[in-house]
This record gives sequence, structure tokens and C-alpha cells, in this order.
Amino acid sequence: MYTAAIFLPLLGAALAGLIAFFRPEDEQKKHSWDLAAQLVSCSGLLLSAALSIWIFFEVPNGGNAHTVHLMTWISSGTFEASWALKFDTLTAVMMIVVTGVSSMVHVYSVGYMHHDSSVPRFMAYLSLFTFFMLMLITASNLVQLFFGWEGVGVASYLLIGFWYKKPSACSAAIKAFLVNRVGDFGFALGIFAVYMIFGTVQFDEIFAAAEAKKDLSFIIFGGEFHALTAACLLLFIGAMGKSAQLGLHTWLPDAMEGPTPVSALIHAATMVTAGVFMVARMSPLFEYSDTALTVVTIVGACTAFFAATVGCVQNDIKRVIAYSTCSQLGYMFFALGVSAYSAGIFHLMTHGFFKALLFLGAGSVIHAMSDEQDMRKMGGLWKHIKVTYILMFIGSWALIGLPPFAGYFSKDIILEAAYGAHTTVGMFAFWLGVGAAMLTAFYSTRLLIMTFHGKPRGDEVVMAHVHESPPIMLLPLLPLAAGAMLAGYLGYENFVGHNASLFWDKALLILDSHQALENAHHVPAWVKYSPLVVGVIGIGAAIVMYGMAPSLPKGLANAFPGVYRFLDKKWYFDELYDLVFVRPAFYLGRGFWKAGDGQLIDGVGPDGIAAATMGAAKRAAKLQTGYLYHGAFAMAIGVMFLVSWYMLTH
Amino acid sequence: MFEIGLSHYLTVAAILFTIGVFGIFLNRKNLIVILMSIELILLSVNINFVAFSSYLGDLVGQVFTMFVLTVAAAEAGIGLAILVAFFRNRGSIAVEDINAMKG
Repeated sequence: MYTAAIFLPLLGAALAGLIAFFRPEDEQKKHSWDLAAQLVSCSGLLLSAALSIWIFFEVPNGGNAHTVHLMTWISSGTFEASWALKFDTLTAVMMIVVTGVSSMVHVYSVGYMHHDSSVPRFMAYLSLFTFFMLMLITASNLVQLFFGWEGVGVASYLLIGFWYKKPSACSAAIKAFLVNRVGDFGFALGIFAVYMIFGTVQFDEIFAAAEAKKDLSFIIFGGEFHALTAACLLLFIGAMGKSAQLGLHTWLPDAMEGPTPVSALIHAATMVTAGVFMVARMSPLFEYSDTALTVVTIVGACTAFFAATVGCVQNDIKRVIAYSTCSQLGYMFFALGVSAYSAGIFHLMTHGFFKALLFLGAGSVIHAMSDEQDMRKMGGLWKHIKVTYILMFIGSWALIGLPPFAGYFSKDIILEAAYGAHTTVGMFAFWLGVGAAMLTAFYSTRLLIMTFHGKPRGDEVVMAHVHESPPIMLLPLLPLAAGAMLAGYLGYENFVGHNASLFWDKALLILDSHQALENAHHVPAWVKYSPLVVGVIGIGAAIVMYGMAPSLPKGLANAFPGVYRFLDKKWYFDELYDLVFVRPAFYLGRGFWKAGDGQLIDGVGPDGIAAATMGAAKRAAKLQTGYLYHGAFAMAIGVMFLVSWYMLTH
Repeated sequence: MFEIGLSHYLTVAAILFTIGVFGIFLNRKNLIVILMSIELILLSVNINFVAFSSYLGDLVGQVFTMFVLTVAAAEAGIGLAILVAFFRNRGSIAVEDINAMKG
């Protein structure tokens, strides 16, 4: 049963992939083959989701954490890596999110990709992604985790570039892949470091040995470094890449070039949370390195705030949600950074539901608007697509964190934990988090108003065509909406409340000296209410600016052109990277190509040898004058030389 | 007065040989001169043979001279025949023009 939950998506992917290969060209038959592909992949995922729910009730609460050993993968000297599925509370929670969101996205895609010409390929990629993601979260050692990690990277690349005829989609896919490479490089180095410290990559053995190694240090380049800090920071670089944290976040907004269900599944609910999961999984290591935790906190807090500011000025509906995702991931990270791992995972779960809901809702809007994504051309849609409107409303409320929706519980506990850490970085994260909460409320409300309220700004042809999505696209949104409404309330006690230590059992480790989560329950009242208050302020500001006085935003943008441009250009990160990395790389590449390859290797190598041979041959040919007496002279000289040599030596 | 001995003969032969060789190398005019030079070289060899034959009292040298003369005559005949044929083909026997083997 446990194994089936993991491998059913792979089976679905394989079958859908075969269908994609062998599908006939004929229009009529094509359709039934598409249907078959949708059927196998969806049913695989739905079954897997059902099994995950069963696992979720089976494993946590200290009941049934165990590892299913499948086979040995690598066994070389002292290095052992096996294929094994580790099931503990953390895995069970992640499985609910992954298979839950993924199965809903699968069903949704049946409707959304209806007009597309390569449905089976799409379904195969989706299922394949889900398999890799499940591999990642059930990994029992770092190498297997890395396998899943790279696998989701590949699937993400394939899905971002799904419409490979669009140049922008191709470049976005390559960008995502390359930026992730940077993180993955750090992750791989982190794995090496862990192996160097512990001599093993198996989680159980690493975690058991972590305490004994806490004072170990590396000596690298003459400097002495705390070994666990170095390993954790390297691992965190990997997490930053995958989870789009400040510095390595540039790929995420561009990844919105993919079809919207992909954005919902990969770039909101599951893959981007892999970094959060990984840090939580490695909590027994991070706990012994205060430096690493501080870095995680600072990066997370900065990302949360940075992405929220950018989200406020974007006009593409998907990009707003993308930056929102980036920001929420920042929240999760600073929760991890203050040792409130369970709060981070709690937010991961609730965020998975409401963000997938928002994305799929946005997909429904885009579908209704005939593939228009620019919010400036929307407006006044709520009358036409009421169900989508209500669902988006629920998603936004959950994102803003209004009670009693999911975000209220998870975001508040994160902020309270940051406050409860009673450290400087904790307070830094708390204030940035509160600021980001206000901005979140602002841009979410702005999105709702610009999309659904006001006067219709789309052209008449599009507006006349606006229609509610078919039931197959709306039905999957209902469970997600239910999750967005209830997951926070239902999960609170288990995840971060009184039941938490029993619920998590040994999946997470928190040292006694890190009491942020415990303190979170005893913070002053103003801390408890501040997220709510700033949320209401944000909503109010958005209503005033976009609902009542639509001229205000333009006026503000004109009044502070510098600030506006700074935000609109996303803090100039892309330009900076272009200047620092891309252009030098181009110059370097051009240099290597023209000077290194063209002039040096070709010039000295093939071309050079050929030219030298030609020259020598030309000179040798000049000796052949064709005059008889020259030949005779050479002969006579030769004879003379030979004779004299003979005479002299004898 | 001094007696004419072996060394004088050899000197004459060496001078003839050298003239012959230079005749081949320095000649820019025509092929007949080259044939004549070869003849000269052969003759210088003959003088050597005869001189040594007389000096050593061994007839073999003189017999060999006869062979060389025969071969030289045949060679001169064939050489002149080729030369005539060549002149008919190319219209010139100037040494400078004969460079068909030039690389």
C-alpha cells in the first residue's frame, strides 16, 4: 500500500507517455486516445491521493513511522545508498499536500488543456513530476533525495517549456533550469560535506550521530569552519534555489510561462516547497548550527518582504500570484530559521491548498478571458464567473490570513514564533513579516478588485465571450477551497498546538534551547493581533486605491517614479544578474570561441599543421628546379660528402 | 729537366675530370656541351686506368679502357640520338629550357 502510493503516478506517467508516443494522427481517434491518457494518469493520482490520506491517518501521532526498503542502489566501499521509502509524520503531511494538489490539478487539466494538441504528453509530465516529488519526500537518504530533487527539476523544465514553440517559454525553462543548477551545486556540495562529516548519507544514521559531531570543524583554505554550519549552509543554498529565495528567485516569475495548472502544481504548491521540506527534514543538523539558522531566518524574511513589494505593482495576474508564492516561501523559511519547523510545514500545507486554489482560479479567469493575463484588461468579471469569483475570494482571504481561513492560523503562528524567538534576527523577521503581511493583503485585494470589480476594461469581443469554466475545472477547486478554509483550523492543534510533540514524534528535532514555538503561545496581545490589523489596513488601502479612487495608483506612480520603477523592475535583480553573470559569461564564451577555439586550437591544431605542411612542401618543391645540372651538382656534393666522411672516420 | 711520372698523368686526369664536372654544372648553353663533358670525364678515367696499368705493369687496366671506350661510344651515340629526338619535340636544346621536372 505504501509503495503503491508512490509508484502509481509513475505508472500513470509511463502509460500516458506511451499513449503520447503511439497516438494516431487522425482527429477522431486522437480524441479517444487523449481520453485514455487522461483517465490513466488521473486515476493513478486519485488512487495515490486516497492512499496518502490513509497513510496520513496511519503514520503520525507516534504510531507507525517506518522505512520501506526497496533495493540497494549504490554500494561502494563504505558508501551505501538504497532505494527506500521513509514514512514519518513529515512525509505523511507532504504526501497529503503533493498528491492532494496534484490529483486536483490533474483533473483540472482535463478541462484546461482541452484545446491543446498534446494532451497525453502533458498528463505524462504531470504524473512524472508527481512521482519525482513523492520520491523526494519519501527519500531515506540524501542521494535519493537528490534524485527526486533533480527529477522535479527536469519535470519542471519540461512543463515550463511545454509550449516549446513559444520562444519565451523555452527561455524561461532554460532560465529555471540554470538558476536551479546554482542551488543544486550547493546542495551537492552539502551532501558531500555531510558524507565527509558522518561517513554516511542515510538520514537515520546522520541524525543519530549529529549531536556527537556538533563541535567538529573543517579546515578549508587555512580557515577553520564549524563543520555542521558549513554543511547546513551548503544544503540551504540548494533549498534557496529550489524554493526561489532572494538571490535565486529570478526563475520563479518567469516560470509562469508554463500552462497554468503547472504553475499551480509545481510553482506554487509542491516543488518550490521542496526546499522548505528539505530544511525541515534536516532539522537535526540545522539545530546544531545557530549561524545557519540565522542565515535561514534573514534570507527568508528578506524574501518575504521583497517579493511582497514587487507583487504590489505587477499587472500580470499570474505574476502577482507568483511573487506572492515567493513571499510566502519566505515566511516558511524564517519560521524554520527560528526553529519553528512545524509552523513552517504547517504554513507549507495551508499555502499549498490556497495557493493552488488561487492559481487554478486564475487559470479559470484566464480561460474565461480567452488567454488574457493582463489584469489591466480585466475588470467587472464577477457577474459573469460567479463561482470562480467566490473561489478566488476564498483563496485570497486565506492568503491574507483573515480568520477563520487557513492562512490566519499558519501565518500568525509563524509571526508569533518569530517574535517568540526573542532574538535580534527573530525580531527582524517579525517586523519584515508584518510588513509583508500588509503588502500581501494589499496586493491580494488589488488582484481581486482589478480582476473582478470596476468597469470591464477588456475589448468587446473578449467580454462577450466570457464564460464560466466547465464543471471539470470547477469541481477540483472545491476540495482545495475546503482545504483553504478548514486546513488551518483543523490542523492547528496537531501541527503547532498542544498535540504537536505527539503528532510529529521524531520527524522533527528541536533543541530545548530553541523555544520559539513554545513562546509563540505566550506572546503579548498586540503581537497576536498585529497581522490581522495590518491585513485590514492593507485591504483598506487597496480598496481605496483601486476601488474608490482608481486615479490614485497612477498619481502615486507619477509622484514617486523612482520607487515605482524600482518595484516594477523587481528591484533590478534581472538587470543586475544580466550585468554580473550573463554578459560576462557571453563575453567569456565569445572570447573562448573566437580566441581560444578559433585562433588557438583551430589555428595551431588542424589549420596550423596543414599550413605548416603546405609551407614546407612549397619550400621542398622549390628545390626541384628541374634543371639537370642542379641534380647532378647535388649528387656530386653528396658523393663528396660521403667519401670525405668515410675517409675521416677510417 | 724532370722525368714525367705517374703523378703527372694523374694530375692531367684530375684536371680533365674537374673540367668535365664543371662543364656539366656551369654550362647554361646547350645539351651537346653536357654530352661532351661526360665524354671528357670518361676520358679522364681512361687516363687513370692506363697510367696505373703502365705503372703497375698490369694489362687489366688497359683492357678496361677498351671497354670504357666502347661504352662511351655507344653512350655518345644514344645520347646524340635522344638529343635529336628532343630537339624535334621541343624545338630547343638550350639547358635553361629543359626543366619539365620543376616542382
